[in-house]
Amino acid sequence: MAGIEVTALHKRYPDGTVAVEHVDLSIGDGELFVMLGPSGCGKTTTLRAIAGLERQTTGDIHIGDTLVNDLPPAERDIAMVFQFYALYPHLRTRDNLAFPLRAEGLPKAEVRERVDEAARLMRLGPLLNRRPRRLSGGEQQRVALARALVRRPRAFLMDEPLTNLDAELRADMRTEIKHLQGALGTTMVYVTHDQVEAMSLGHRIAILNKGRVEQIGTPLEVYDRPASLFCAAFIGSPPMNLIEVEVADGKLRSQGGLVLTPPPGLPRDRCLVAGVRPEALEVTEPGAERSVPARVVSAEWLGDEIIYVVDHDGQRDVRVRMPPTVRFAADAPVGLRHTGGTPAVYDVSTEELVA
Amino acid sequence: MGVSVDEAVSTGPVRDHTPPARRFGGRGRSVLEIALLTVLAVVMLFPVLWMIETSIKENRDVYAIPAKFFDFTVTLDHFKDVFVASGGRSALSVSFLNSVVVAGVSTVLATVLGVPAAWAYSRFAVKAKKDQLFFILSTRFMPPVVVVIPIFLMYRQFGLIDTKLGLILIYTAFNVPFTIWMMKGFVDEVPAEYEDAAMLDGYTRLQAFWRFTLPLLLPGIAATAVFALIFSWNEFVFAIFLTSSDDVRTAPPAIAGLIGGTTVDWGLVAAASVVFALPVLVFAYLVRKHLVAGVTLGAVRR
Repeated sequence: MAGIEVTALHKRYPDGTVAVEHVDLSIGDGELFVMLGPSGCGKTTTLRAIAGLERQTTGDIHIGDTLVNDLPPAERDIAMVFQFYALYPHLRTRDNLAFPLRAEGLPKAEVRERVDEAARLMRLGPLLNRRPRRLSGGEQQRVALARALVRRPRAFLMDEPLTNLDAELRADMRTEIKHLQGALGTTMVYVTHDQVEAMSLGHRIAILNKGRVEQIGTPLEVYDRPASLFCAAFIGSPPMNLIEVEVADGKLRSQGGLVLTPPPGLPRDRCLVAGVRPEALEVTEPGAERSVPARVVSAEWLGDEIIYVVDHDGQRDVRVRMPPTVRFAADAPVGLRHTGGTPAVYDVSTEELVA
Repeated sequence: MGVSVDEAVSTGPVRDHTPPARRFGGRGRSVLEIALLTVLAVVMLFPVLWMIETSIKENRDVYAIPAKFFDFTVTLDHFKDVFVASGGRSALSVSFLNSVVVAGVSTVLATVLGVPAAWAYSRFAVKAKKDQLFFILSTRFMPPVVVVIPIFLMYRQFGLIDTKLGLILIYTAFNVPFTIWMMKGFVDEVPAEYEDAAMLDGYTRLQAFWRFTLPLLLPGIAATAVFALIFSWNEFVFAIFLTSSDDVRTAPPAIAGLIGGTTVDWGLVAAASVVFALPVLVFAYLVRKHLVAGVTLGAVRR
């Protein structure tokens, strides 16, 4: 087991495309570290560089105390799970699991013992004599996981392993992976574009965009105080409302008169945007105390909650999360009120968090 | 490792097995369609049929006027003449042997060179990959007749005129581009993750290719090799320009050489042609599944 240190990683392909601009990561021993970002943000390239499947243009990668820049994948002592499982199609489950061990040249008895252990851990007993073609997607992914852990590697690398599964199975597998990682205590780097997966799995999350790290933090930190406008728009469903504000009389005031509590240490002379989560706002009867007039554009009835989309003077499509008991008709005049704590405030020009 | 490319690339277990729409549906086949197809079949197959008939007719019946379609005397003498001449092997049988050697060796060479190249083009980020691939393909744009004169001159300098090696080299050169293009399609269909996984499991990149990708490519390689083999087997222009002696000649110019002079032994020509056509038919039958799939699916990126 080991931590992973990525320093000033840069990857440029021969055809000139830059997949990773500059990435620094410090992944702790035993940590479940998630790299999150839209497609093309460089998360998979970073992971493949850690695995040794891609050679970085510049930058260093340490696994444990070893500088692995020049080590082939096989000598980095890591296991990887792929989006397409990559089970060898001509081998039965048992042989797929045994394969990496036989490649290492372990004695037969130990191979059998380790395969059985991994199969027990992932509950693969009845599937051991089948070929990948005769397994369902979820089963294939469980076999792929078992194949990764049978090696007892120093770290697991997961490349969007749940993307090809249907929603229900994905939730189950998520729990299973989290449980497994906790039980084994092995470092895991998990790449995904699904924020729900990132939030529910990760000890820490790194949000990547255009080949750079935008923010690294625990799921709560990332949710509460996104470090940039990109993170603010990326995390959360529905995403944060970004409301243009100015500082007046010690308050933050939007164009339409919505008043927010300002965080300390705000610069006064810049164009600011406040990020307000949908649950930090409230739709009220028109004219209620501290509310500004607004109008309901639409309502999404989700059963356990309602997402109201409202317009208020100068600010379109503000999303508000409300309990299902509070009901307003579309087009109805309502009030809009801020109920949460201090919002995150961003500088419009730098797109970064200022306070 | 009997796994086809199709099986290998199936990533999910649940696949829609909607039967492909039948183009010539049983009930939808109209009388007109049948009539047209029959005419087409007769036109296409008549020369072949006539060739086979002539090869087993006695000489008297071959020259009979009006032509005898059914009531001729059957003989296999012509086939005997193809292989045996007075006092040993016939010149024709030597040329068949030459064809086997030239076509076989050039196909093996083209496959050995082309398959790894196709793999590299499929897997690696090569500079100006598209331009390189286009250049490789463009060498096939020219008809052989265009280059045969310069090649003749070059071969004369190098002493490759009238050698089997010369033919093997030129056929290989013509088959490599084709092999690269067709195999690249097949390699593209095999997920690179197999190799990634194998590399993490302790193999080098070449071992991963050799042990995992290559077995999955075997059906594609077989189909591609057969195409290359058929090209080399049938090739006529280079063979007739670059070779002259009976020891070196391949079958196509040798058979063509039978025609001419004062009398033509049509029975012998037909029998030689039948013998020449058989291997192609057999190979085409063996890869019939890939004849269409290989050209349309394999070579075109989905």
